[in-house]
Amino acid sequence: MISPRYHREKPQRYRLEAGKCNSCEHISFPPRLVCPKCKSKEFETVNLSDEGTIKTFTIIRVASDIFALQTPFAVGIVELNDGVRLTTQIADVDLDQLKIGLKVKMVFRKIQDEGKSGLHCYGYKSVLI
Amino acid sequence: MVGIVGYGSYLPRYRIKVESIAKEWGSDPEALKRGLQLFEKTVPGQDEDTITISVEAAKGALKRANINPKEIGALYIGSESHPYAVKPSGTVVIDALGIGPHVHVASYEFACKAGTEAMYNAYALVKADEMKYAMGIGADTSQGAPGDALEYSASAGGAAFIMGKENVVAEILFTTSYTSDTPDFWRREHEYYPRHAGRFTGEPAYFKHLVTADKILLKKSVMKPEDFKYAVFHMPNGKFPQMAGKKLGFTKEQLETGWIVPWMGNTYSGSSPTALAAVLDVAKPGDKIFMVSFGSGAGSDGFIFNVTDKIKDVQDKAVKLRDMLDNNKIYLDYGEYAKFREKIILNE
Amino acid sequence: MREVAVIGTGMTNFGELWGKSIKDIFVEAALEAIESAGVDHIDSIYVGAMSSGLFVGQEHLGAVMADYLGQNPVPATRVESACASGGASFRAAYHEVASGASDIVLAGGVEKMTDGADVTEALATAADQDYEVYQGITFPGLYAMIANAHMHEFGTKRENLAQVSVKNHKNGSNNPNAQFKSIITVDQVLNSTLVADPLRLLDCSPVSDGGAAVILCPMDIAKKFTGTPVRIKATSQASGTIALHSRDSLTTLDSVKTAAEKAYKMAGLKPADINFAEVHDCFTIAEIVVSEDLGFFEKGKGGAAVEEGKTAMDGLIPINTSGGLKSKGHPVGATGIAQIIELYEQLTGQAGKRQVKNAKIGLAQNMGGSGASCVINILEAI
Repeated sequence: MISPRYHREKPQRYRLEAGKCNSCEHISFPPRLVCPKCKSKEFETVNLSDEGTIKTFTIIRVASDIFALQTPFAVGIVELNDGVRLTTQIADVDLDQLKIGLKVKMVFRKIQDEGKSGLHCYGYKSVLI
Repeated sequence: MVGIVGYGSYLPRYRIKVESIAKEWGSDPEALKRGLQLFEKTVPGQDEDTITISVEAAKGALKRANINPKEIGALYIGSESHPYAVKPSGTVVIDALGIGPHVHVASYEFACKAGTEAMYNAYALVKADEMKYAMGIGADTSQGAPGDALEYSASAGGAAFIMGKENVVAEILFTTSYTSDTPDFWRREHEYYPRHAGRFTGEPAYFKHLVTADKILLKKSVMKPEDFKYAVFHMPNGKFPQMAGKKLGFTKEQLETGWIVPWMGNTYSGSSPTALAAVLDVAKPGDKIFMVSFGSGAGSDGFIFNVTDKIKDVQDKAVKLRDMLDNNKIYLDYGEYAKFREKIILNE
Repeated sequence: MREVAVIGTGMTNFGELWGKSIKDIFVEAALEAIESAGVDHIDSIYVGAMSSGLFVGQEHLGAVMADYLGQNPVPATRVESACASGGASFRAAYHEVASGASDIVLAGGVEKMTDGADVTEALATAADQDYEVYQGITFPGLYAMIANAHMHEFGTKRENLAQVSVKNHKNGSNNPNAQFKSIITVDQVLNSTLVADPLRLLDCSPVSDGGAAVILCPMDIAKKFTGTPVRIKATSQASGTIALHSRDSLTTLDSVKTAAEKAYKMAGLKPADINFAEVHDCFTIAEIVVSEDLGFFEKGKGGAAVEEGKTAMDGLIPINTSGGLKSKGHPVGATGIAQIIELYEQLTGQAGKRQVKNAKIGLAQNMGGSGASCVINILEAI
């Protein structure tokens, strides 16, 4: 996760900044140059809601090297209260208790480390409420 | 009037009991619990560190202060476990919270009193009219060396305080600081765990600085222990603050609300700050709070707070410390704890 | 555009080919295809491979393979669409012939996955790096989320997924090239190691080395060569959202539905006209969902269809007679071509114990990522 690439995604990863289409109001997260629904190119910056519902999930037991020490961990698709869906880990949870439909809130956590000497990479995770 | 306009705290959900650690090293958990007056401690999740703890605590402070983050002119974090040796933890926190970019940021280090140093400097900048608001945070995820006495107590947590002049909830009446070159506990660059000088950390270090700072503060303010509703001291374990209180003439009742160490552990730079947050969560207008921290190396910072009637408006605006301390706990065994705290040797 | 035929095929065994490099594997498959077609030259080469760079540090595969096949200066290009690289390679070759630009084109696919790379990380590059993979999701994890959503919405049973795997292994036991020729049971699937709940090891296609190649030429000169020709009746491709969370539905693969509609239209056919199909069962749930999105079964009924034997060798529409990705193996870039080869063998009556009776029209569905790209080809016996 080299510096420029990590730095570019910060408004999204730290503050859930999205782009709302001026024409059709569809919210793109992350923001885009072209609205996927109406192809318009004009957007307004919005901050997403920080609460939502689990739409589906899985428990990762075999991960890539970066996440190998954290298994088993839960990842899900959460639909936030403003209708935007994102992929996010579900942290601090008893894996047996996970169900589709549970309510979550988004929190600020460390997502990964760039090895022993690289950057600490932060972002959003969800926790049950 | 200058003082706290908003405060917040954060504790992770994970815990480990003294028994689970004692078992690994063949130690007597009952003797340890009696001696340390400590039963369990918080453990940070694998995805938590001083930065994430600071963000969550600061969120609470912003909610209670109800101010525009962009009006914060400085953000200081005191910790012994800053994630970077070079790159202040505060730089990530400001971005996460929409603070800045016209803001001073720095990392403070002074063993367990780095948090109160951050708080003092935030207060001083506002008092000097350099800026409208400034935030001081004390947060830590300190490590205790495996098999060492400190392994039972080194824990994780933090609290954040926004200082200002408008809508002050706890006015700062007096401050002091008492410092000397005392080698009781230190960590060399690149070393993983700190070292300490055993019983030397008691009388010549903790008690000398904390008690002296207490006495100076009482003299400066022309106040007596009985004038205070609450007393908060740095808590390396459950015993030391009780002994300090006794030496100075504070009662058990005065210490009780801030005495959270038996279930939290020693959150190092977060220790007295989290205790202060716990007190503010329940304090009433007119209450006076006496707070003295201690950082090895060594020194103590003292504060006297007067709670205003604005406290009632903010207490319920964000999560309370006791809520996080008492509820939703997840207990770990030693193996999980070792994995979480990266004590397991791996190939690069 | 001219009609195009497949006139020859070649394929290595799929499996852990420790002694063979990526070059050895591709050349072996390509030489077999050239020989089976009986052509004396080729005009152009396409090499489908998902990630030779990450797996073996080698890009520029077109040039590498043209060189090692002894075919310089024939033009050769690497084609990539994640796990649909083989299908995309086939489409590129098809268009080059159909347009009249070339007469004899080799469409190949290859992947060498066992040389020590972090396979989980390499495969995850088919997903959204910054918003899916960054969070810790894996490729099996994405399909596991689809499985959980499908089971939650339609009541698809955990056993249905296992039944897909059992069926494909049974078919694969009759495939000499298959990586796994073992017969397995539902119990074995349900007790295999968890990879990403609810998917277990035996729900997942394996890590494989392998190569496959086919030769295409215009239909009107096909009979000149020794290989039996098969007609390419239709080909289509569609794109879906790269991230699973951006899809309108978590249980429908839009790219498959759209590509299927286009292919059926081009062929002038309906789903019921297809005699058998090779479908992209990277994970068991994928076969179930795809069978619905191809129009073989109503949405939500894919699981019941497997349970009722509708997709077995002797069922209504045999799916994955080759053993599918699960049993045959899934050297990623080669899979799309291997599917075409199974169609070819069925349609020319050469499928041996796997032969579907009266196989006239076959459909191959190849898919990239969690359904972000889909290539469909329909072939017809002459």
